[in-house]
Amino acid sequence: MSDGTPRLRPTPGQTVGPFFGFALPYDRGHELVDPGTPGAVRLHGRVLDGAGRPVPDALLEIWHADPSGVVVRRTGAMLRDGTFTGWGRAATDREGGFWFRTLEPGPTPSASGPRRPAMIAVAVFARGLTDRLFTRAYLPDDGDPERAAALARDPFLAGLEPERRATLLAAREPDGSLRFDVRLQGEGETVFLDLGQGTPGHAPPEAADDLAHGVVRGVAAGPPPDPLDLPDPGGAVLSGVPSPPSRGVPPRA
Amino acid sequence: MSIHDPQAPPEVRRDAATESQTDLSTEIRARHRAYRDGRAGGGVPEETGPVRDFAPYRSSLLRHPTKDLRHADPETVELLAPVFGERDIGPLEADLTAAHGGEPIGERIVVAGRVVDGAGRPVRGQLVEVWQANAGGRYVHKRDQHPAPIDPHFTGVGRTLTDDDGWYRFTTIKPGPYPWKNHVNAWRPAHIHFSLFGTDFTQRTVTQMYFPGDPLFALDPIYQSIRDPRARDRLVAVYDHSLTSHEWSTGYRWDIVLSGTSRTWSEPEDGDE
Ligand SMILES: [Fe+2]
Repeated sequence: MSDGTPRLRPTPGQTVGPFFGFALPYDRGHELVDPGTPGAVRLHGRVLDGAGRPVPDALLEIWHADPSGVVVRRTGAMLRDGTFTGWGRAATDREGGFWFRTLEPGPTPSASGPRRPAMIAVAVFARGLTDRLFTRAYLPDDGDPERAAALARDPFLAGLEPERRATLLAAREPDGSLRFDVRLQGEGETVFLDLGQGTPGHAPPEAADDLAHGVVRGVAAGPPPDPLDLPDPGGAVLSGVPSPPSRGVPPRA
Repeated sequence: MSIHDPQAPPEVRRDAATESQTDLSTEIRARHRAYRDGRAGGGVPEETGPVRDFAPYRSSLLRHPTKDLRHADPETVELLAPVFGERDIGPLEADLTAAHGGEPIGERIVVAGRVVDGAGRPVRGQLVEVWQANAGGRYVHKRDQHPAPIDPHFTGVGRTLTDDDGWYRFTTIKPGPYPWKNHVNAWRPAHIHFSLFGTDFTQRTVTQMYFPGDPLFALDPIYQSIRDPRARDRLVAVYDHSLTSHEWSTGYRWDIVLSGTSRTWSEPEDGDE
């Protein structure tokens, strides 16, 4: 925190356990858009354990921008009334499979220069996982030189060994769908992310977190910046991102 | 999948193992001792959450990543959180004792608290989901084979939005402890599962809330997958008489901090945890 505000220790996570199936999945939670929506794509894959066996009791959540790269801030993800919210939830089936119907996100502006390659943020929960995991499904370049360049110059992706980097790239299937498998352990283990502002025991990096001013946190941390990735002197703005609506929920306590 | 099925994964076949609580407790103690010694010797950072690689929790053996998490600066989308509104959930969903045709059996309780971010600011208007076993320790989930009665008036699922000061409040029934198949005579301490969203996606958390003084704490590999005792304490609600209602229900207070599991903190060592 750049303002010196104390950071409280977080409430620890715990496994989602085996019995979330009657609580967290909900009707059409995995359908961010209705069938037949222009631009709709199927994002699908399997969750596999360290022996390559399916994980039938995992839960995935995705969270991503709209096709123009704007992170929408709309309610209604639990209603599925036609509002695109960019958020979805899917439990795996008995073969470890999951699928979402959504819109492909566009590249999102960042505080630090060129647009980032388009990606879908993913949270993974499962019985046997003591805490949730974060990963990302990057969209493939589909032969588009601009998208290929964006992927190539991304400092995070560039810092990964090629075989590990490959675990974060969704594959374009012949039917146009996107395939993204999650391997929790072992051969081809998916890259899981530490999205924190440094790890315990390390000096806290300076990090502004005032989203209202459009400054993205953590630009000073992590791998050395790419020359193309210098902070925008004007302070980049999360274009198209309105403030969250005030909801006026009555106090309950 | 049967525990006698030779094709079953090891963690399933282990159901038939003869590992005792003593075996498991010995493993747990060894992992905790290593952390305590490392802390005492300096150089081992304070852990604020569970370790991913915690063998006493047998289901984790083939499911925990073996490689270190890779640091990535959060992208724009990860610094924002999905938005939920009152239209997403029904007004009665915070009362788990209602809407199922009658009063459930068990000890009626209120569980309430504040959800804040790492700087102590309220997380406003955000979704909180809970699920739990009934008073007999039985889930509605079809895979729960525990031979305790289903309560026709209790599903054990609730949802609410935090208010403008970060408060949530559920009315429910105190869940019972339940057996599971990690080892012989394994029992989970009574708990309520919580799913939480913060102000950004990196704060997304699923966890479990426990009740004070549970005798099963020391025996439970899931609770003990958090090696730091102060971190474990943060999952235990406190009895709060101000949340207790005259001739109606008892109350528990549980506050939640969503600051991401590996961020830094700077509160005093002798904080009011
Ligand atoms: Fe449970």
